[in-house]
Amino acid sequence: MERLRKYWWVAGLLLAFGVAILSPLASPHPDGLERVAESEGFLDQAEDSPYQIIPDYSFPGIKNEAVATIVAGLVGTGLLFGVGYGLAWILRRRSEHAADEPQQTTDAS
Amino acid sequence: MHIPDGFVSTGTAAATWLASAGSIGYAVRRVNRELQERQVPLMGVTAAFIFAAQMMNFTVAGGTSGHLLGGALAAILLGPWAGMLVLTSVLAVQALLFQDGGLLALGANILNMAVVGVLVGWVVYTALRRLLGARTWATMVSGFAAAWLSVVVASLVAAAELAISGTSPWVVALPAMGLVHILIGIGEGMITVGVLAFLQAARPDLLTLRQPSEA
Repeated sequence: MERLRKYWWVAGLLLAFGVAILSPLASPHPDGLERVAESEGFLDQAEDSPYQIIPDYSFPGIKNEAVATIVAGLVGTGLLFGVGYGLAWILRRRSEHAADEPQQTTDAS
Repeated sequence: MHIPDGFVSTGTAAATWLASAGSIGYAVRRVNRELQERQVPLMGVTAAFIFAAQMMNFTVAGGTSGHLLGGALAAILLGPWAGMLVLTSVLAVQALLFQDGGLLALGANILNMAVVGVLVGWVVYTALRRLLGARTWATMVSGFAAAWLSVVVASLVAAAELAISGTSPWVVALPAMGLVHILIGIGEGMITVGVLAFLQAARPDLLTLRQPSEA
């Protein structure tokens, strides 16, 4: 039970990977901004990126479209877990001086 | 509402980059002072989930789709400053690796979704909770309202950037962006409430991680 409480985040990460695996089911329609750009006639002002790594959430070199999307999703999801975790690990309040500080919430006062 | 390059003028891009950089700098300082050890994995999971969920476009109406932005969700789970860094991470990876959202426009996208989206979500959520109390239904109502309004306000700021850039006139951009995101915001609210309800049932302590009474 103690271990379960400690490693709850594995379940959270698996859930995120699960969503990424379902991503080929996403609606193919243009999103809000794209739709507005299209109907108001400024969509063609969009410029392509100077380089492409994983464009359109489709991992390059994979012929099956759904698989390419899933792989792109898994790569991005894993990467963001690493970035979020790493950032938090670097920035976290060190426990030495946590004790003598009054506990503070992150309220927006 | 990831703005591609070409939609915002150089001046708008520069101004929004400055505003975003300042906000991120402040958020880093606050997180450095406040983030608790046990919030570290939550920040990773939240970033991962929001990235995955942003791929899941849902149809709203007449051939238009939207997806979760996650600003309110991140703010509710982690507080506004860590939430801001999570959204910034997602947007940066999307722009750099997935060519979703422009590089020059990344400052505008961070301002709209990571700064405005997160702060609006946080202010609405905390204000409503203060008003309604901490019961489960109050959490859900506050979460829905926070999520919905964060998307609508973020879309209006995006519209303002388009207007200032001369890409689309104010009278066109504001109502067009606002109207479609009033609908997309409903999806944002439903997904946010879904995640909150799931956490309430599975791990209610995660919803109160950032509150001092739980420390």
